[in-house]
Amino acid sequence: MAESFNRTRLYQWHVDHGARMVPFAGWEMPVQYATGPIEEHRLTRRSAGMFDIDHMGQITITGLDAERFLNRLVTIDITKMKENEAAYALMCYENGGIVDDVFIYNLPDKWFVVVNADNLAKDYDWMYEYDDGMKVKVDDVSLGIYMLALQGPRAIELLQHLTPADVTNMPRFSALEAEVAGHKTLIGRTGYTGEDGVELFFSSNHVEEIWQRILDTGVETGIEVGPVGLAARDSLRFEPGFSLYGHEINENITPLEANLGWACDFDSDFIGKAALLEQKEKGLTKKLIAFELTDKGVPRQGYIITNEDGHEIGEVVTGLYAPTVDKYCGHAFVPPEFAKPGTPLNIIIRNKPKAAIVVKRPFYKPAYRS
Amino acid sequence: MNLDANARYLESHEWSRQEDGLIVCGISDHAQESLSDVVFVELPEVGTTFSKGDVFGVVESVKAASDLYMSMDGEIVEINEALEDEPEVINSDPYGAWMIKFKPSDPSQWDSLLSPEQYQEVAEAEE
Repeated sequence: MAESFNRTRLYQWHVDHGARMVPFAGWEMPVQYATGPIEEHRLTRRSAGMFDIDHMGQITITGLDAERFLNRLVTIDITKMKENEAAYALMCYENGGIVDDVFIYNLPDKWFVVVNADNLAKDYDWMYEYDDGMKVKVDDVSLGIYMLALQGPRAIELLQHLTPADVTNMPRFSALEAEVAGHKTLIGRTGYTGEDGVELFFSSNHVEEIWQRILDTGVETGIEVGPVGLAARDSLRFEPGFSLYGHEINENITPLEANLGWACDFDSDFIGKAALLEQKEKGLTKKLIAFELTDKGVPRQGYIITNEDGHEIGEVVTGLYAPTVDKYCGHAFVPPEFAKPGTPLNIIIRNKPKAAIVVKRPFYKPAYRS
Repeated sequence: MNLDANARYLESHEWSRQEDGLIVCGISDHAQESLSDVVFVELPEVGTTFSKGDVFGVVESVKAASDLYMSMDGEIVEINEALEDEPEVINSDPYGAWMIKFKPSDPSQWDSLLSPEQYQEVAEAEE
Protein backbone atom coordinates (compact mmCIF):
# COMPACT_ATOMS: atom_id res chain seq x y z
CA MET A 1 0.00 0.00 0.00
CA ALA A 2 2.67 2.49 1.05
CA GLU A 3 4.38 2.19 -2.33
CA SER A 4 1.61 3.99 -4.15
CA PHE A 5 1.76 7.12 -2.00
CA ASN A 6 4.11 10.07 -2.12
CA ARG A 7 6.05 10.91 1.01
CA THR A 8 7.29 14.33 1.97
CA ARG A 9 10.92 14.74 2.94
CA LEU A 10 9.85 14.99 6.57
CA TYR A 11 8.15 11.57 6.50
CA GLN A 12 10.76 9.91 8.70
CA TRP A 13 10.81 12.85 11.09
CA HIS A 14 7.05 12.55 11.52
CA VAL A 15 7.22 8.81 12.16
CA ASP A 16 10.08 9.27 14.63
CA HIS A 17 8.00 11.83 16.50
CA GLY A 18 4.96 9.68 17.05
CA ALA A 19 2.92 10.74 14.04
CA ARG A 20 0.18 8.58 12.62
CA MET A 21 0.52 8.64 8.88
CA VAL A 22 -2.60 8.45 6.74
CA PRO A 23 -3.25 8.58 3.01
CA PHE A 24 -4.35 12.04 1.94
CA ALA A 25 -4.63 13.28 -1.64
CA GLY A 26 -2.10 10.73 -2.84
CA TRP A 27 0.33 11.46 0.00
CA GLU A 28 1.10 9.81 3.30
CA MET A 29 0.67 12.67 5.74
CA PRO A 30 0.71 13.02 9.53
CA VAL A 31 -2.88 13.15 10.77
CA GLN A 32 -1.71 13.69 14.35
CA TYR A 33 1.30 13.38 16.61
CA ALA A 34 1.58 11.76 20.03
CA THR A 35 -0.06 14.62 21.94
CA GLY A 36 -3.27 14.26 19.90
CA PRO A 37 -5.19 16.59 17.62
CA ILE A 38 -6.97 18.58 20.31
CA GLU A 39 -3.75 19.58 22.03
CA GLU A 40 -2.20 20.41 18.63
CA HIS A 41 -5.18 22.64 17.90
CA ARG A 42 -4.84 24.38 21.26
CA LEU A 43 -1.08 24.79 20.85
CA THR A 44 -1.64 26.64 17.57
CA ARG A 45 -4.26 28.94 19.12
CA ARG A 46 -2.11 29.61 22.20
CA SER A 47 1.44 29.88 20.80
CA ALA A 48 2.62 28.34 17.51
CA GLY A 49 2.12 25.23 15.42
CA MET A 50 4.15 24.06 12.44
CA PHE A 51 2.60 22.24 9.52
CA ASP A 52 4.24 20.09 6.88
CA ILE A 53 2.02 20.93 3.92
CA ASP A 54 4.36 19.95 1.14
CA HIS A 55 1.58 17.93 -0.46
CA MET A 56 0.13 21.23 -1.66
CA GLY A 57 0.86 22.19 -5.24
CA GLN A 58 2.52 25.28 -6.67
CA ILE A 59 2.16 26.49 -10.24
CA THR A 60 4.02 29.43 -11.75
CA ILE A 61 2.70 31.48 -14.62
CA THR A 62 5.11 33.56 -16.64
CA GLY A 63 5.31 35.15 -20.06
CA LEU A 64 4.11 38.29 -21.77
CA ASP A 65 0.43 37.44 -21.39
CA ALA A 66 0.68 35.88 -17.92
CA GLU A 67 -1.48 38.48 -16.20
CA ARG A 68 -4.19 38.50 -18.87
CA PHE A 69 -4.17 34.69 -18.92
CA LEU A 70 -4.46 34.20 -15.16
CA ASN A 71 -7.01 36.96 -14.77
CA ARG A 72 -9.47 35.07 -16.95
CA LEU A 73 -9.00 31.91 -14.91
CA VAL A 74 -9.64 33.29 -11.44
CA THR A 75 -12.57 35.06 -9.83
CA ILE A 76 -10.66 38.07 -8.51
CA ASP A 77 -9.12 40.91 -10.52
CA ILE A 78 -5.41 40.24 -10.26
CA THR A 79 -4.59 43.47 -12.09
CA LYS A 80 -5.53 45.18 -8.82
CA MET A 81 -2.93 43.21 -6.88
CA LYS A 82 0.22 45.03 -5.92
CA GLU A 83 3.60 43.43 -6.28
CA ASN A 84 4.38 41.05 -3.40
CA GLU A 85 0.75 40.77 -2.50
CA ALA A 86 -1.11 37.51 -1.96
CA ALA A 87 -4.84 36.95 -2.46
CA TYR A 88 -7.43 34.21 -2.17
CA ALA A 89 -9.38 33.35 -5.30
CA LEU A 90 -11.38 30.60 -6.97
CA MET A 91 -11.13 29.00 -10.35
CA CYS A 92 -14.53 28.17 -11.80
CA TYR A 93 -15.85 26.12 -14.68
CA GLU A 94 -18.04 27.84 -17.26
CA ASN A 95 -21.09 26.60 -15.30
CA GLY A 96 -19.88 28.28 -12.12
CA GLY A 97 -18.81 25.07 -10.33
CA ILE A 98 -15.49 25.39 -8.55
CA VAL A 99 -12.33 23.86 -10.06
CA ASP A 100 -10.27 24.76 -7.00
CA ASP A 101 -9.60 27.47 -4.47
CA VAL A 102 -6.14 28.97 -4.73
CA PHE A 103 -3.79 31.50 -3.21
CA ILE A 104 -2.21 33.80 -5.77
CA TYR A 105 1.08 35.60 -5.17
CA ASN A 106 2.01 38.52 -7.37
CA LEU A 107 5.80 38.16 -7.40
CA PRO A 108 8.21 40.46 -9.26
CA ASP A 109 9.01 37.91 -11.96
CA LYS A 110 6.00 35.60 -11.94
CA TRP A 111 2.53 34.73 -10.77
CA PHE A 112 2.77 32.01 -8.15
CA VAL A 113 -0.36 29.98 -7.50
CA VAL A 114 -0.79 27.63 -4.54
CA VAL A 115 -3.34 24.89 -5.17
CA ASN A 116 -4.80 21.92 -3.34
CA ALA A 117 -2.85 18.66 -3.51
CA ASP A 118 -5.84 16.71 -4.72
CA ASN A 119 -6.48 19.17 -7.53
CA LEU A 120 -2.98 19.85 -8.77
CA ALA A 121 -3.17 17.72 -11.94
CA LYS A 122 -6.70 18.88 -12.69
CA ASP A 123 -5.80 22.55 -12.16
CA TYR A 124 -2.74 22.28 -14.34
CA ASP A 125 -4.73 20.67 -17.17
CA TRP A 126 -7.48 23.25 -16.77
CA MET A 127 -5.01 26.12 -17.04
CA TYR A 128 -3.33 24.52 -20.01
CA GLU A 129 -6.58 24.18 -21.89
CA TYR A 130 -7.18 27.91 -21.71
CA ASP A 131 -3.99 29.36 -23.10
CA ASP A 132 -5.74 30.28 -26.38
CA GLY A 133 -2.49 30.94 -28.13
CA MET A 134 -1.43 33.50 -25.52
CA LYS A 135 2.24 33.99 -24.76
CA VAL A 136 2.25 32.23 -21.44
CA LYS A 137 4.16 29.48 -19.68
CA VAL A 138 2.47 27.36 -17.02
CA ASP A 139 4.80 25.30 -14.86
CA ASP A 140 4.09 22.87 -12.07
CA VAL A 141 6.97 23.65 -9.71
CA SER A 142 5.62 21.62 -6.76
CA LEU A 143 8.38 19.04 -6.77
CA GLY A 144 11.27 21.41 -6.12
CA ILE A 145 9.48 23.70 -3.69
CA TYR A 146 8.78 22.80 -0.10
CA MET A 147 5.81 24.34 1.69
CA LEU A 148 5.57 24.73 5.45
CA ALA A 149 3.22 26.78 7.58
CA LEU A 150 4.02 28.35 10.93
CA GLN A 151 0.86 29.58 12.58
CA GLY A 152 -0.19 31.02 15.90
CA PRO A 153 -0.08 34.20 17.98
CA ARG A 154 3.68 33.80 18.55
CA ALA A 155 4.56 32.52 15.05
CA ILE A 156 5.88 35.87 13.81
CA GLU A 157 7.92 36.49 16.93
CA LEU A 158 9.45 33.03 16.51
CA LEU A 159 10.19 33.46 12.82
CA GLN A 160 11.74 36.85 13.48
CA HIS A 161 14.56 35.06 15.30
CA LEU A 162 15.36 33.15 12.11
CA THR A 163 15.39 35.85 9.47
CA PRO A 164 17.02 39.25 8.93
CA ALA A 165 13.88 40.46 7.14
CA ASP A 166 11.33 42.53 9.03
CA VAL A 167 8.52 39.98 9.20
CA THR A 168 7.05 41.67 12.24
CA ASN A 169 5.86 44.59 10.15
CA MET A 170 4.75 42.61 7.11
CA PRO A 171 1.09 43.31 6.38
CA ARG A 172 -1.36 40.41 6.29
CA PHE A 173 -1.50 38.91 2.77
CA SER A 174 1.87 40.30 1.78
CA ALA A 175 4.86 38.32 0.60
CA LEU A 176 8.58 38.86 0.68
CA GLU A 177 11.65 36.94 -0.24
CA ALA A 178 14.28 36.61 2.46
CA GLU A 179 16.61 34.18 4.12
CA VAL A 180 15.09 31.92 6.75
CA ALA A 181 17.64 29.92 8.70
CA GLY A 182 20.12 30.95 6.03
CA HIS A 183 18.09 29.72 3.06
CA LYS A 184 16.29 31.74 0.42
CA THR A 185 12.59 31.59 1.25
CA LEU A 186 9.38 33.12 0.00
CA ILE A 187 7.46 34.22 3.09
CA GLY A 188 3.73 34.80 2.81
CA ARG A 189 1.90 36.31 5.77
CA THR A 190 -0.94 33.95 5.09
CA GLY A 191 -2.40 30.81 6.56
CA TYR A 192 -5.32 28.54 7.10
CA THR A 193 -5.86 28.54 10.84
CA GLY A 194 -7.47 31.85 11.78
CA GLU A 195 -4.23 32.82 13.53
CA ASP A 196 -1.48 35.17 12.50
CA GLY A 197 1.42 33.39 10.86
CA VAL A 198 3.27 32.59 7.69
CA GLU A 199 3.50 30.10 4.91
CA LEU A 200 7.04 29.41 3.75
CA PHE A 201 8.25 28.26 0.34
CA PHE A 202 11.85 27.23 -0.23
CA SER A 203 14.00 24.70 -2.01
CA SER A 204 13.08 21.18 -0.85
CA ASN A 205 16.73 20.42 -0.10
CA HIS A 206 16.66 22.59 3.01
CA VAL A 207 13.54 21.37 4.71
CA GLU A 208 15.05 19.16 7.40
CA GLU A 209 17.30 22.03 8.48
CA ILE A 210 14.62 24.72 8.45
CA TRP A 211 12.09 22.52 10.27
CA GLN A 212 14.63 21.67 12.98
CA ARG A 213 15.81 25.27 13.32
CA ILE A 214 12.25 26.43 13.96
CA LEU A 215 11.86 23.80 16.70
CA ASP A 216 15.25 24.58 18.24
CA THR A 217 14.57 28.30 18.19
CA GLY A 218 11.33 27.64 20.03
CA VAL A 219 13.27 25.87 22.77
CA GLU A 220 16.00 28.56 22.93
CA THR A 221 13.56 31.46 23.12
CA GLY A 222 10.93 29.80 25.26
CA ILE A 223 8.30 30.16 22.53
CA GLU A 224 6.19 27.06 22.66
CA VAL A 225 6.00 25.43 19.22
CA GLY A 226 5.27 21.95 17.93
CA PRO A 227 4.17 19.97 14.89
CA VAL A 228 0.48 19.88 13.97
CA GLY A 229 -1.21 17.19 11.87
CA LEU A 230 -4.04 17.21 9.38
CA ALA A 231 -6.78 16.52 11.95
CA ALA A 232 -6.01 19.72 13.85
CA ARG A 233 -5.44 21.57 10.59
CA ASP A 234 -9.05 20.71 9.76
CA SER A 235 -10.51 21.93 13.06
CA LEU A 236 -8.30 25.05 12.93
CA ARG A 237 -9.55 25.98 9.46
CA PHE A 238 -13.16 25.14 10.30
CA GLU A 239 -13.55 27.43 13.31
CA PRO A 240 -12.77 30.64 11.37
CA GLY A 241 -14.98 29.36 8.54
CA PHE A 242 -12.45 28.59 5.80
CA SER A 243 -13.49 26.30 2.97
CA LEU A 244 -11.90 22.95 2.26
CA TYR A 245 -12.16 21.55 -1.25
CA GLY A 246 -14.26 18.37 -1.22
CA HIS A 247 -16.32 19.73 1.67
CA GLU A 248 -17.57 23.33 1.41
CA ILE A 249 -16.60 23.58 -2.25
CA ASN A 250 -16.42 21.25 -5.25
CA GLU A 251 -17.28 21.18 -8.95
CA ASN A 252 -21.03 21.08 -8.19
CA ILE A 253 -20.99 24.06 -5.83
CA THR A 254 -20.67 27.68 -6.93
CA PRO A 255 -18.91 30.45 -5.00
CA LEU A 256 -22.27 32.11 -4.36
CA GLU A 257 -23.67 28.97 -2.75
CA ALA A 258 -20.51 28.61 -0.65
CA ASN A 259 -20.66 32.21 0.67
CA LEU A 260 -17.58 33.07 -1.36
CA GLY A 261 -19.13 35.87 -3.38
CA TRP A 262 -16.63 38.17 -1.64
CA ALA A 263 -13.87 36.40 -3.57
CA CYS A 264 -15.54 37.14 -6.93
CA ASP A 265 -14.97 40.46 -8.66
CA PHE A 266 -17.89 40.89 -11.05
CA ASP A 267 -16.21 43.90 -12.67
CA SER A 268 -13.57 41.49 -13.93
CA ASP A 269 -14.13 38.97 -16.72
CA PHE A 270 -13.51 35.46 -15.52
CA ILE A 271 -14.55 31.99 -16.59
CA GLY A 272 -17.86 31.15 -14.94
CA LYS A 273 -18.93 34.76 -14.41
CA ALA A 274 -21.94 34.54 -16.74
CA ALA A 275 -23.24 31.47 -14.94
CA LEU A 276 -22.78 33.14 -11.55
CA LEU A 277 -24.59 36.29 -12.69
CA GLU A 278 -27.44 34.15 -13.94
CA GLN A 279 -27.54 32.31 -10.62
CA LYS A 280 -27.61 35.65 -8.79
CA GLU A 281 -30.56 36.68 -10.93
CA LYS A 282 -32.50 33.44 -10.47
CA GLY A 283 -31.67 32.99 -6.80
CA LEU A 284 -29.86 30.17 -5.05
CA THR A 285 -31.32 26.73 -4.45
CA LYS A 286 -28.83 25.83 -1.73
CA LYS A 287 -26.61 27.76 0.61
CA LEU A 288 -23.76 26.99 2.97
CA ILE A 289 -24.68 27.32 6.63
CA ALA A 290 -22.96 26.79 9.94
CA PHE A 291 -24.83 24.88 12.60
CA GLU A 292 -24.27 23.74 16.14
CA LEU A 293 -25.92 20.88 17.95
CA THR A 294 -28.13 21.68 20.90
CA ASP A 295 -28.42 17.94 21.59
CA LYS A 296 -25.20 16.01 22.08
CA GLY A 297 -23.52 14.14 19.28
CA VAL A 298 -20.80 14.42 16.70
CA PRO A 299 -21.94 15.40 13.21
CA ARG A 300 -19.89 13.98 10.34
CA GLN A 301 -19.63 14.62 6.62
CA GLY A 302 -22.52 12.97 4.75
CA TYR A 303 -25.02 12.97 7.63
CA ILE A 304 -28.54 13.94 6.56
CA ILE A 305 -30.18 17.15 7.74
CA THR A 306 -33.93 17.39 8.22
CA ASN A 307 -36.19 20.29 9.02
CA GLU A 308 -38.51 20.40 12.02
CA ASP A 309 -41.10 18.36 10.12
CA GLY A 310 -38.57 15.61 9.49
CA HIS A 311 -38.13 16.29 5.77
CA GLU A 312 -34.66 15.88 4.34
CA ILE A 313 -33.26 19.29 3.38
CA GLY A 314 -29.53 18.81 3.11
CA GLU A 315 -26.32 17.15 4.12
CA VAL A 316 -23.40 17.86 6.44
CA VAL A 317 -20.19 18.74 4.56
CA THR A 318 -17.96 19.29 7.59
CA GLY A 319 -18.83 18.06 11.06
CA LEU A 320 -16.69 17.85 14.16
CA TYR A 321 -16.07 18.75 17.75
CA ALA A 322 -14.53 22.23 17.57
CA PRO A 323 -12.02 22.51 20.44
CA THR A 324 -11.67 26.28 20.86
CA VAL A 325 -15.37 27.07 20.77
CA ASP A 326 -16.13 23.79 22.59
CA LYS A 327 -19.08 22.84 20.39
CA TYR A 328 -20.29 19.96 18.28
CA CYS A 329 -20.88 21.78 15.02
CA GLY A 330 -20.40 21.87 11.29
CA HIS A 331 -21.18 23.21 7.86
CA ALA A 332 -23.99 22.05 5.60
CA PHE A 333 -25.88 22.99 2.46
CA VAL A 334 -29.60 23.68 2.82
CA PRO A 335 -32.22 25.59 0.78
CA PRO A 336 -31.96 29.35 1.50
CA GLU A 337 -35.22 29.39 3.46
CA PHE A 338 -33.48 27.31 6.14
CA ALA A 339 -30.26 29.34 6.17
CA LYS A 340 -31.25 32.05 8.62
CA PRO A 341 -29.44 31.98 11.98
CA GLY A 342 -31.77 30.62 14.61
CA THR A 343 -33.48 28.15 12.27
CA PRO A 344 -33.96 24.79 14.02
CA LEU A 345 -32.70 21.68 12.21
CA ASN A 346 -32.09 18.04 12.94
CA ILE A 347 -28.93 16.14 12.16
CA ILE A 348 -29.57 12.43 11.69
CA ILE A 349 -26.90 10.66 13.72
CA ARG A 350 -27.11 6.86 13.63
CA ASN A 351 -30.78 7.01 12.59
CA LYS A 352 -31.72 9.38 15.39
CA PRO A 353 -32.54 13.06 14.89
CA LYS A 354 -30.38 15.33 17.03
CA ALA A 355 -31.47 18.93 17.48
CA ALA A 356 -29.29 21.62 15.95
CA ILE A 357 -29.59 25.29 15.13
CA VAL A 358 -28.29 27.47 12.31
CA VAL A 359 -25.70 29.90 13.65
CA LYS A 360 -23.87 32.91 12.31
CA ARG A 361 -20.43 32.29 10.85
CA PRO A 362 -17.67 32.23 11.80
CA PHE A 363 -17.42 30.33 15.07
CA TYR A 364 -14.01 31.90 15.66
CA LYS A 365 -13.04 35.35 14.48
CA PRO A 366 -9.55 35.31 12.95
CA ALA A 367 -7.12 36.86 15.38
CA TYR A 368 -5.59 39.15 12.72
CA ARG A 369 -8.96 40.62 11.74
CA SER A 370 -9.61 42.54 14.96
CA MET B 1 -0.21 -0.38 27.23
CA ASN B 2 -1.70 -0.53 30.70
CA LEU B 3 -3.95 -3.35 31.80
CA ASP B 4 -6.31 -3.66 34.72
CA ALA B 5 -5.37 -6.99 36.27
CA ASN B 6 -8.80 -7.32 37.88
CA ALA B 7 -10.68 -6.91 34.60
CA ARG B 8 -11.69 -9.29 31.83
CA TYR B 9 -11.74 -8.19 28.22
CA LEU B 10 -13.36 -8.51 24.82
CA GLU B 11 -11.38 -8.69 21.60
CA SER B 12 -13.17 -5.48 20.68
CA HIS B 13 -11.28 -3.80 23.58
CA GLU B 14 -13.97 -3.35 26.23
CA TRP B 15 -12.99 -4.21 29.81
CA SER B 16 -15.42 -5.63 32.40
CA ARG B 17 -15.07 -5.81 36.17
CA GLN B 18 -17.25 -7.48 38.78
CA GLU B 19 -18.49 -5.10 41.46
CA ASP B 20 -21.15 -5.99 44.03
CA GLY B 21 -22.95 -8.43 41.74
CA LEU B 22 -22.87 -6.00 38.83
CA ILE B 23 -20.63 -5.84 35.77
CA VAL B 24 -18.87 -2.50 35.16
CA CYS B 25 -17.54 -1.75 31.65
CA GLY B 26 -15.28 0.68 29.86
CA ILE B 27 -12.63 0.60 27.13
CA SER B 28 -9.01 -0.46 27.48
CA ASP B 29 -5.93 1.72 27.50
CA HIS B 30 -4.98 0.23 24.15
CA ALA B 31 -8.39 1.22 22.75
CA GLN B 32 -8.24 4.81 23.98
CA GLU B 33 -4.75 5.14 22.57
CA SER B 34 -5.72 3.92 19.13
CA LEU B 35 -8.82 6.10 19.12
CA SER B 36 -6.82 9.13 20.21
CA ASP B 37 -8.79 12.13 21.54
CA VAL B 38 -12.27 11.03 22.55
CA VAL B 39 -14.78 13.84 22.02
CA PHE B 40 -18.09 12.13 22.72
CA VAL B 41 -19.59 8.99 24.16
CA GLU B 42 -23.16 7.87 23.61
CA LEU B 43 -24.52 5.61 26.36
CA PRO B 44 -27.75 3.59 26.62
CA GLU B 45 -30.73 4.34 28.80
CA VAL B 46 -30.92 2.77 32.22
CA GLY B 47 -33.29 -0.20 32.08
CA THR B 48 -32.31 -1.30 28.58
CA THR B 49 -31.68 -5.02 28.21
CA PHE B 50 -28.91 -6.26 25.94
CA SER B 51 -27.45 -9.57 24.88
CA LYS B 52 -23.74 -10.36 24.83
CA GLY B 53 -22.29 -8.87 21.64
CA ASP B 54 -24.96 -6.16 21.26
CA VAL B 55 -23.88 -2.58 20.66
CA PHE B 56 -24.63 -0.66 23.86
CA GLY B 57 -23.12 2.67 22.85
CA VAL B 58 -20.69 4.57 20.68
CA VAL B 59 -17.42 6.29 21.43
CA GLU B 60 -16.41 9.06 19.05
CA SER B 61 -12.89 10.32 18.57
CA VAL B 62 -11.81 13.29 16.47
CA LYS B 63 -11.81 11.23 13.30
CA ALA B 64 -14.09 8.23 13.85
CA ALA B 65 -17.05 6.66 15.64
CA SER B 66 -16.64 3.20 17.18
CA ASP B 67 -19.31 0.88 18.54
CA LEU B 68 -19.17 -0.40 22.11
CA TYR B 69 -20.09 -4.04 22.72
CA MET B 70 -21.75 -5.83 25.63
CA SER B 71 -19.52 -8.39 27.29
CA MET B 72 -22.45 -10.41 28.72
CA ASP B 73 -26.26 -10.47 28.69
CA GLY B 74 -27.76 -8.00 31.12
CA GLU B 75 -29.85 -4.98 32.04
CA ILE B 76 -28.30 -1.52 32.35
CA VAL B 77 -28.63 -0.21 35.89
CA GLU B 78 -26.36 2.84 35.77
CA ILE B 79 -24.46 4.92 33.23
CA ASN B 80 -21.58 7.30 33.85
CA GLU B 81 -23.24 10.59 32.95
CA ALA B 82 -20.11 12.57 33.83
CA LEU B 83 -18.56 11.28 30.60
CA GLU B 84 -21.07 13.36 28.61
CA ASP B 85 -19.31 16.53 29.68
CA GLU B 86 -15.84 15.12 30.13
CA PRO B 87 -15.32 12.39 27.53
CA GLU B 88 -11.56 13.13 27.65
CA VAL B 89 -11.38 11.19 30.94
CA ILE B 90 -11.62 8.07 28.76
CA ASN B 91 -8.18 9.02 27.43
CA SER B 92 -6.62 10.08 30.71
CA ASP B 93 -8.01 7.31 32.92
CA PRO B 94 -9.44 4.49 30.80
CA TYR B 95 -9.91 2.04 33.68
CA GLY B 96 -11.46 4.68 35.92
CA ALA B 97 -13.75 5.99 33.18
CA TRP B 98 -16.43 3.32 33.46
CA MET B 99 -19.29 3.68 31.01
CA ILE B 100 -22.06 1.32 32.13
CA LYS B 101 -23.00 -0.93 35.02
CA PHE B 102 -25.30 -3.81 34.24
CA LYS B 103 -26.93 -6.70 36.08
CA PRO B 104 -25.83 -9.87 34.34
CA SER B 105 -28.58 -12.37 33.56
CA ASP B 106 -26.12 -15.21 33.00
CA PRO B 107 -23.13 -14.75 35.33
CA SER B 108 -21.46 -17.84 33.85
CA GLN B 109 -20.67 -15.79 30.73
CA TRP B 110 -17.92 -14.12 32.77
CA ASP B 111 -15.78 -17.19 32.12
CA SER B 112 -15.92 -16.61 28.37
CA LEU B 113 -14.13 -13.25 28.64
CA LEU B 114 -10.43 -12.81 27.96
CA SER B 115 -7.98 -12.74 30.84
CA PRO B 116 -5.59 -9.76 30.98
CA GLU B 117 -2.85 -11.98 29.55
CA GLN B 118 -5.05 -13.19 26.68
CA TYR B 119 -6.19 -9.67 25.92
CA GLN B 120 -2.65 -8.36 25.94
CA GLU B 121 -1.81 -10.79 23.14
CA VAL B 122 -4.80 -9.60 21.12
CA ALA B 123 -3.89 -5.95 21.60
CA GLU B 124 -0.20 -6.44 20.87
CA ALA B 125 -1.01 -8.30 17.66
CA GLU B 126 -2.80 -5.16 16.50
CA GLU B 127 0.14 -2.86 17.06
